[in-house]
Amino acid sequence: MAVQDYIRKRFFPHIWCAGCGHGTVLNALLRSVEALGLSKDELVMVSGIGCSARISGYVDFHTLHTLHGRALAFATGVKMGRPDLKIICPLGDGDALAIGGNHFIHAARRNIDVTTIVLNNQIYGMTGGQFSPLSGCDVNATTAPYANIDPAFDTVNLATASGATFVARTTTFHVHELEKYLTRAIAHRGFSVVEVLSQCPTHFGRRNNQSDAVEMLDHFRQQTVARGAKRSRERPDLMQRGIFVEEERPEYCEQYDALVAKASAAGNGTNNGGAAS
Amino acid sequence: MGERTLFVQGNEACARGALYAGLEFFAGYPITPSSEIAELLAEEMPPAGGKFIQMEDEISSLAAVIGASLTGLKSMTATSGPGYSLMQEALGYAIMAEVPCVIVDVMRGGPSTGLPTQGSQSDVNQIRWGTHGDHAIIGITASSHQSLFENTVYAFNVAETYRTPVVVLFDELLAHMRERLELPEPGDLPRVERLRTQLPQGVDYHPYLAREDGRLPMADFGSGHRFNVTGLYHDMWGFPSTDPQTVHDLAHHLNDKIEHRTPEITRNKSFNLEGAETIIISYGLPVRSAMQVMKDSRWYGSTLGILELETIWPFPRKLVKEACADARAVVVVEMNMGQIHQQVRDAVDDPARVFLCNRVDGQFITPRDIRSFLRIVEGQGV
Repeated sequence: MAVQDYIRKRFFPHIWCAGCGHGTVLNALLRSVEALGLSKDELVMVSGIGCSARISGYVDFHTLHTLHGRALAFATGVKMGRPDLKIICPLGDGDALAIGGNHFIHAARRNIDVTTIVLNNQIYGMTGGQFSPLSGCDVNATTAPYANIDPAFDTVNLATASGATFVARTTTFHVHELEKYLTRAIAHRGFSVVEVLSQCPTHFGRRNNQSDAVEMLDHFRQQTVARGAKRSRERPDLMQRGIFVEEERPEYCEQYDALVAKASAAGNGTNNGGAAS
Repeated sequence: MGERTLFVQGNEACARGALYAGLEFFAGYPITPSSEIAELLAEEMPPAGGKFIQMEDEISSLAAVIGASLTGLKSMTATSGPGYSLMQEALGYAIMAEVPCVIVDVMRGGPSTGLPTQGSQSDVNQIRWGTHGDHAIIGITASSHQSLFENTVYAFNVAETYRTPVVVLFDELLAHMRERLELPEPGDLPRVERLRTQLPQGVDYHPYLAREDGRLPMADFGSGHRFNVTGLYHDMWGFPSTDPQTVHDLAHHLNDKIEHRTPEITRNKSFNLEGAETIIISYGLPVRSAMQVMKDSRWYGSTLGILELETIWPFPRKLVKEACADARAVVVVEMNMGQIHQQVRDAVDDPARVFLCNRVDGQFITPRDIRSFLRIVEGQGV
């Protein structure tokens, strides 16, 4: 199937600003889905609220556009209801790790088979440029007019410590890497996280001396380094890109199936409306 | 006693009602006084192939319930006032996206942490008005374990029929009281199953286009029809829309599908209403005290009737107005500061004849409390 067959053309043009990185993520995601040969009927996209969340409107999967921060909680219900479906959650940085931080760490802890893409543009774009928990110190934002004093989360460390079994990071400049990581994340059985640094020239760049998308992409190129590369040892100040975690651990729905088998074998419980055990 | 006769808590009656209704997915978070519902379902659901998950909070519990319901499973959560407060966000989502599900609120004293282990009916208004935006809601209660079982089944049926969240509310006293429960045989009580679209795959399916009878056939995620679900105002495909006509129509649809069907949705019981000079309107466990007063009529001079409301929301205004038309006094018995009392005053012709007999001290309202109140209303002194 061609990449364009995965999108809902009648809902274009999209709402993203010129120069936004989110379209690049959508592009890479569709290429990953195509590479994996997945059918539209077996894919569910669950998103929250924000610029990132609007991806769900444009893909011709089963799509669930939910509440700010709650996508992973809705996704948990969908996945338990239909463990055979592939679940992809594109989340913004505030969506995933501020209002949705609790759901993020608990979904990771359970290792439920959901692919989470954190589209990190370091800003609340849809609401007009407020700082997020991934903005970091010294960033300018509408709610940080004297520069931000809130330190940032490290998404990779947080996901790893919470129990995610696939954790990767890249940027919208490194498009081939992005497609490769998304493909491996979707194929991975367990909770997978891909953090993608995505440029927001409108609200982040404009206030932080990176006035256009090209400059921001060049910044991603210069300020990141491949994990394990020689340069990463020479320049520990640069942000590392790569796959940080890729391991096997029992997946939540498989564990639940095992629990059902155990409970059934023990002869516990009664049928619907049956007598007390 | 046969094996279908149980001696159980109200929480167990509710949980067994849910299983009888065909509950397939439960997500919840521990909270007094509802936890026994989750505990029983954690034991009973897995052997039957049902899905049970304990979530990280009440917000995610209802979110997971909505997600599971969209895959076609009959889904429920259970909580108490503080948890119900946290669910308001997802409750509004379920209303807007028209996702059937059942939310059990076992009421304790509030506001805030309040009286975790004592009875109250103070969530009545939160059930109705808790989530933001114009909306309608269905709230169902019960006064005995038998009716709690039956009304929980009914709640699932109504949720499926109208594609809407339904709240089952009862107080801590009923939840933890033990009494007899006769389990109906399978088939004794009607069960409404999900209405699924018959459209073949490939035909343009409109998840938000109502049939002539007002019902909206659903398609489970993964079943072949792909569509969008959102909490934004949306068109018949489920796609976000700010078109004034589309927004207007959906706002009215969400309200009217419930408010215009109040007589069909309403469940109530009346006792001795014909010619009654004094009418007690009550709901939940306080009805049992009112019944005792009526039975023990030597304590009371004039004719007494009781209207028990089992469906509180949508409030049956017309029913209450007609029932109270000829009464000299209407006494609303409830365990809050007059939440249904205000509804009754709004519904009847003469609000001055409506009195509130209540307790808000965490103690159960007794027949003696009601008798004393009736004597005052009748001018007989305390």
